[in-house]
Amino acid sequence: MPQEQVRWNDPKTSRYLNKRIPRVDGPDKVTGAAKYTYDIALPGMLYGKILRCPHANARVESIDVSAAKAMPGVRAIIDDISKTARFAGQEIAAVAADTEEIARDAIHAIRVTYDVQPHVVNTRAGRNDPDRVGDPAELSEGADPSTLWSQAAAVIEAEYYVPVREHLSLETHGIVFRWDGDDKATAWVSTQAVHGVAGGLANALRIQRQDLTVICNHMGGGFGSKFSAGTEGSVCGRLARLAGKPVKLMLDRYEEQVATGNGPDALMQCKAAMTADGKLLAIEADLWGTNGPGKRWGVAFPYRTVYNLPNIRTRSHGVSTNTGGARALRAPGHPQGNFLTETVLDELAAKVGLDPLEVRKKNVLRAVWREQLDAGAKGIGWERRNKTPGAVSGRYLRGMGCACNTWGGGGRGGSRCDVRIGSDGSVWVGIGTQDLGTGTRTYVAAIVAEDLGLPIERVHAEIGSSKLGQSGGSGGSVTTASVAPAVKMAALAARARLFEVAAPMLGVSAGDLECADGRVQARRNPSNSLSFEQVCAKLPPGGIEERGEWNRSLQQSGVAGAQFVEVEVDTWTGNVRPIKVVAVQDCGYALNRLAVESQIIGGVIQGLSMALFEDRKMDDPTGRMLNPDMENYKVLGALEVPEIVPIVFETHDKVTGLGEPPVIPTAAATGNAVFNATGIRIRTLPITPRRWFDALEEQS
Amino acid sequence: MNNFAWLEPKSVDEAAEALKQGGIALAGGIDLLTVLKERLVEPQQVVNLKSLPGMRSLEGRNGLRIGALVTLDRIAADEELGRNFAAVAQAAASVGSPQIRNVGTLGGNLCQRPRCWYFRDAEVHCLKKGGAACYAVAGNNEYHAIFGGGPCHIVHPSDVAPALIAFDAEVITNRRRMPLQEFFVLPSENVRAENVLEIGEIVTGVEAGMRPGTFSAYVKMQERPSFDWALSGCAVVLQMNGGRVQDARIVLSGVAPIPWRSREAEAAVKGRAISEVTADDAGQAAVRAAQPMTDNRFKVKLTANAVKIALLKAAGQRV
Repeated sequence: MPQEQVRWNDPKTSRYLNKRIPRVDGPDKVTGAAKYTYDIALPGMLYGKILRCPHANARVESIDVSAAKAMPGVRAIIDDISKTARFAGQEIAAVAADTEEIARDAIHAIRVTYDVQPHVVNTRAGRNDPDRVGDPAELSEGADPSTLWSQAAAVIEAEYYVPVREHLSLETHGIVFRWDGDDKATAWVSTQAVHGVAGGLANALRIQRQDLTVICNHMGGGFGSKFSAGTEGSVCGRLARLAGKPVKLMLDRYEEQVATGNGPDALMQCKAAMTADGKLLAIEADLWGTNGPGKRWGVAFPYRTVYNLPNIRTRSHGVSTNTGGARALRAPGHPQGNFLTETVLDELAAKVGLDPLEVRKKNVLRAVWREQLDAGAKGIGWERRNKTPGAVSGRYLRGMGCACNTWGGGGRGGSRCDVRIGSDGSVWVGIGTQDLGTGTRTYVAAIVAEDLGLPIERVHAEIGSSKLGQSGGSGGSVTTASVAPAVKMAALAARARLFEVAAPMLGVSAGDLECADGRVQARRNPSNSLSFEQVCAKLPPGGIEERGEWNRSLQQSGVAGAQFVEVEVDTWTGNVRPIKVVAVQDCGYALNRLAVESQIIGGVIQGLSMALFEDRKMDDPTGRMLNPDMENYKVLGALEVPEIVPIVFETHDKVTGLGEPPVIPTAAATGNAVFNATGIRIRTLPITPRRWFDALEEQS
Repeated sequence: MNNFAWLEPKSVDEAAEALKQGGIALAGGIDLLTVLKERLVEPQQVVNLKSLPGMRSLEGRNGLRIGALVTLDRIAADEELGRNFAAVAQAAASVGSPQIRNVGTLGGNLCQRPRCWYFRDAEVHCLKKGGAACYAVAGNNEYHAIFGGGPCHIVHPSDVAPALIAFDAEVITNRRRMPLQEFFVLPSENVRAENVLEIGEIVTGVEAGMRPGTFSAYVKMQERPSFDWALSGCAVVLQMNGGRVQDARIVLSGVAPIPWRSREAEAAVKGRAISEVTADDAGQAAVRAAQPMTDNRFKVKLTANAVKIALLKAAGQRV
């Protein structure tokens, strides 16, 4: 079939696609039937546990495992994971034991002496140390800002800070590893890349990639932190080999928060200017941040993918710190860069005395944002906003703010999907992708059901195994635009085979057939039909199997969005209560509108959490994380979630991913809403009572 | 956690004896589980007080009598207690989450260990654990004390204790009874413990007399409104006479190593009618002697506002 002829199904006639499809695995998740890595229990399975260095910067001088080895129930010990630790929490040794309790006691019994070195754990503490700061990445475009300040109607100069945030997956990283002979193995891994982990972990354990089966049927969150099996993955494989038994190694909350990735911080000193008619004139900024021990670092500042920013000079400096390394965190670099840019823009608009909405419409690169800003303004009731921030008094003050976003979300080639139809009428679709939580399994089934004219329950969709057709990791919002086209092509190929069989039975050519309501029928005369089963009965005894490959023409990259947040600030307590969020988000052809809405709502919740609560706190004196838990690493709770109105803004009929973009602008819009309510600008996230009272003091 | 023996005592005496032999008391277990998991304590024996009869009665009609094993949820939900001792019911309702209140007990709430992140980190050997320094001084002290700190700067985590103290409650143990205020000790007196309990001593309940003509309230300032510890809080009991404050008890939470009675705030409202101005004055008076650390200056203003809101709330005014 020529690629350019393939289109997504017309929503006017489709049964599932572009409609609201409940998740096919929803009941399994609600009842507990869905098995996560945490739920895997194998006969004879041992429990693994990792010893981590308590110091932020240290070298192992000696390690004594004799006491641990002597403990009844201890089956394997590894004492050579690392001889140096560059952050508190780095892996040093590991044990496997009959129970988790014995494994913990054994870890406790290992004696390590360390040569402890000085540490730096915060960007602010490290940015003046030349040994810790990388060469700056410079951006220089247009005129030198220093020549433009005098032409500006408004100039601002301030310092901003977005702290390090955690992924906080509710299912921690972990693995259950079983050797199936000397050089073959099966691993159940909480991962967002079954094929990627199969390659990486097989390599680490020196076996062939095809000899390692990686399984992840369901996972409790990854957000970018679960592309690899990590150190814990290869350690688990080694323990299983040494012990000759399967080993389960799931990290605890402390380990999850110190060692499995984070989203880097961004400290910025910025001077920026605007013209009297609301055009951004110039930006000059120095930025610092840490990705952990390395020196490479950067965030999406200024946000030039949305706004026209003509005259720029920025210098970005990566700071090496003794902290756990950063990993991709839902739109890496974008929520930080967006907060910095949108806050600066909002401050300039206020100083010039213009409506921040109109200022955004003047500076966006394309018309789509103007349309979305208008749609969002209507949704939130922008005309109700506080016209003179700071002029109103009282305990509770309300205000509104907005911000825009963009992202790619196009697909990547290489996905392969298989569809099998049995002569008994059974339908199976398989592809080696995984469900990061976005509803992948549901659209895989729905695409096939749609083109075969069957109820979705009739299609058995299998994902989450590296034994299935190649597909990439779920990151960059690329999964849907990578997977869905291959599924569609496989479904069409299988349908074509059905039509070949049915054509002589119905006396029409294959090209004049269609599938609908469980039947194969002549398009011009639907009463001339056979049931799906009648056609399948004429298939070869083993049924048929067809493979679909990724098809470029079914997907497209590039989305736009705009969000509006209304808050109520309790000026006596410093608590910011989100009242309502309107999130306008483009995503092309929405395969499953229910899943798209869920994705937008989830992104907004995570963005509000960033705005109001999330803050990894590293202690300068001890070098340790102060809040490696969910007590003091706070996130938005159910009771803090406001009314969220997702507006699915389709601009074309190709599939585009949107896992990440909805999280990008929420924090900026929230901060702008706090300013609109109170006239107080809070430039450090999260906006807590501490930040509120500190800002009040600074102002007075 | 370490391995330990499990005891289900049949009497308070048996429980007390077991505590003398290196046991540790378990009631709801909310706090105990965390200190065990962090290996902050490594007891020989865990003594399950819930196996004991009694300590489960709750009375709020003719005075307040609450057994140590009564759950916070029962305290929060009791109608008579809510009428006569509103601040106590409100404080109990403000603790943790529904799951915690369903399990956590009054005795556990009074005896829980501090939340200081240095104390809770097994790798940090702070003063409270026999070490040489309070790490909060040079480290991050945003949640630490602004009153009564030194040499250790924890805040006492209980919400219920300040409300009970504001009603002049007494605490009863298997050995004695004393004003609840005297139950708690400052680090300058004993840096290792937060109260005067001796080894083998068990809190069995609290009592307070009826206070006709009083109005009370508890207000809690939190970072996360749905579920958090107090950044600062205030319990107020007002004895009113002809629209004016005849006597007041104002006790702060979350700001000092013990529930912190503010006699300055009490004096500021005495003889006056409660208005926003009076409440504001009392709030200012409460924090005049505050000694904030490097990261918790915000708690000074926040605490002044907690006093103000609690006074207005107790007086039945809109806030």
